[in-house]
Amino acid sequence: MSVGIIVLIVVLVVLFLFLGFIWMSYNGLVRLRNQVKNAWAQIDVQLKRRHDLIPNLVETVKGYAKYERETFEAVTNARNLAQKAVGTGVGSQAKAEGELSGALSRLLAVVEKYPDLKANTNYLALQEELTSTENKISFSRQHYNDSVLTYNNKTQMVPSNIIAGMFGFKVGEFFEVTVAAEKEVPKVSFT
Amino acid sequence: MWEQIRSNQTRTMILVAAMGLLLLLLGYFLGEALFGSGIGGLVVAILIWVIMNLFAYFQGDRLILSISGARKISRDDHPRLYNIVEEMKIASGLEKVPDIYIIDDPSLNAFAVGRDPSRASVAITSGLLERLNRDELQGVMAHEISHIKNRDVLLMTFCSVLLGTIVLLAWFAARMMFFGGMRGGGGRRSSGGGGGYAILIIIAVAIVLMIVAPIAAQLIYYAISRRREYLADASGALYTRYPEGLASALEKIAGSTQELKTANKAFAPMYIINPFRDKGKAASDLTSTHPPISERVRILRSMAGGASLAAYDKAYHEVGRSGKGVIPSSALVGAAAVAARKPEAAEAVPEKVERVRETSDLLWKYSDYGLVNCECGTKLRVPPKFRGDSIKCPHCGRTNAIPAKRKSSG
Repeated sequence: MSVGIIVLIVVLVVLFLFLGFIWMSYNGLVRLRNQVKNAWAQIDVQLKRRHDLIPNLVETVKGYAKYERETFEAVTNARNLAQKAVGTGVGSQAKAEGELSGALSRLLAVVEKYPDLKANTNYLALQEELTSTENKISFSRQHYNDSVLTYNNKTQMVPSNIIAGMFGFKVGEFFEVTVAAEKEVPKVSFT
Repeated sequence: MWEQIRSNQTRTMILVAAMGLLLLLLGYFLGEALFGSGIGGLVVAILIWVIMNLFAYFQGDRLILSISGARKISRDDHPRLYNIVEEMKIASGLEKVPDIYIIDDPSLNAFAVGRDPSRASVAITSGLLERLNRDELQGVMAHEISHIKNRDVLLMTFCSVLLGTIVLLAWFAARMMFFGGMRGGGGRRSSGGGGGYAILIIIAVAIVLMIVAPIAAQLIYYAISRRREYLADASGALYTRYPEGLASALEKIAGSTQELKTANKAFAPMYIINPFRDKGKAASDLTSTHPPISERVRILRSMAGGASLAAYDKAYHEVGRSGKGVIPSSALVGAAAVAARKPEAAEAVPEKVERVRETSDLLWKYSDYGLVNCECGTKLRVPPKFRGDSIKCPHCGRTNAIPAKRKSSG
C-alpha cells in the first residue's frame, strides 16, 4: 500500500467523522428547538384558557359585588391587553400576563368580602378551573424553561455552538412572569 | 434529565438480573432432578415465564382494574381530580392524560397501571378522594404519575411475573417430588457407579433451590419495590414542587386502619402504600413492598424548602439512610435547585362535607341512580328500576317529575 492511499484513507475518515459530527449536532439542535416550540404551544393553550375564563369570572362576581367597578375594569383591561400580546414574543407576552396575574389577585381579594359569593356553586366551579389553570400555566412554564435551558446550553457550548452559528440557531427566551402588582396591598373601597 | 432516571438505575437492573438468574438455576436443576434433562427444565421455566409475561403485558392493566371494581370517570364527573391529574401530566411531561378510575371503597389507597405512558391509568379509592385536600391529592397523583413516568409499572409487572414463575415452579416441583418420586435409583442415564453421587448432588441442589429460590426472589422483589417507592416520592415532590402535600397525604393514609377489600398481593407495589401492611412493623423491614410511611414522611419533611431531586437525596441521607441513596447520581449532576411553592389557598378546596357529598354523588351515578333536586333542597335518588313518572319528596311533600332521559332507560 502506497503512502498516497493511506493519506487518502485518513483524509476520508476525518472527513467522514466531521460530517457525522455536523449531522448529529444539527439533528440534536433541531430536536431541542422543536421541544422548545412544543413546550411553548402548551403554555399558549393554558394562557388562552385563562383568557377565556376571566369574562365568566367577572360576570359571576359582578352579580354579588356590584360596587367594585374599578377592579372589574382593571381585570378586563389587563385581560384584553394580554390577549393582544399573544404572538408578539415571549418577553412582551410574559409582561402582559404578569399584569393580568396582578389584577386577578386583586379581584380574588375582593371576593373575600362576599361570603355569599364564596358559597355559590357556580363560583366554586369557576374557582377550581381558575386554580387549576394557574397551576397548569406554572407547570407548563417550568417545562418550557427547562427545555429552553437545555436548548440554550447546546447552542452556546463548544463544539455544537459552531453548528448553531452556521445554521442560525438562535438562543431561546425564558418565560419569566414577574408579578410586581401582586405585592401591592389590594385597594379596599367602601362604597 | 427524566430519561436518565429511567435508564440509569443500575442497582435495580442488577436486582432484576439476580431474580432472572434464580429462575434459570431453579429451572435447570429441577429439570435435571425430575426428568434428567437440565435443558428441558430450562425450556419449561422460560416457556411458563414468557406466557405469563405476555398475558401480564397485554391484559394486566385491565385485569387489575376489573378485579378492583374500578370505574372510569370523565372530566365532568370530578373536575378537581381530573384537573389535578392533568396538571401532573403537564409537570411530568407525559404525552397523554392517563385514564382516571375511582374505586368504591372506604379504605385509603391509590395506584397506577399501564405498560407504557401512553396507555396508563391511575385509580383512587373513594375514601381517599374524600379525605384529601387539593394539595394532598396533587401529591398522591404526582406519586402515581411518577410510577408511570419512571416506568415502574412495567418494571414491577415484569418482576412480579418473574417472582410468580419462580413460586409456581417450586410449588409444582414440590408436588412432583412428593407424589411422583425422583429420578433416582436405577436412573436412565447413569450406568457407572460415579453417576450416583452426581445425581444425589443435583437432587440436593434442586431441593435447596426449591426452598430458597421463592424466598430469595421475594426479598429481591421487595427491595426493588421499596427503591421505586422512594424514587416516586422524590419525583412526586419535584413535579408538585410541594413535598408537604404528599407528606400530609401519607400521614392521613397511615392513620387509617381499613384494608382495601379488593387488593391483590401480586399488585401490591402499584399502590401508594402497601395494602397489606401490619401495624407497628420495624423500620428496616425486609419483607415489605413499601418503605415505612413514617420514614417517607420524615424524608419529605426534611427537604428544607427545596423540591428538587437533590433536595430529596440530601434529606434521604439526613434521615439516617446510609448507602448510595435512591436517586441515580446522573440525575443529580447539573440539575438546578428547585424552590418549593406555597400551599394552595384553603378556599380553593371544598370542605370535607362537600367532598364526601361530591364523591357519593359520583358513586350513586355509577350505580345508575338518577338524581332529582327538590325545591326544598333535598336530593332525591331515583333507583334504576323505578318506573313512575314522578317522585314525591319525603321532606316537603312536593311531587317532582323525573327527567325523561331516565324514564326511557329505566
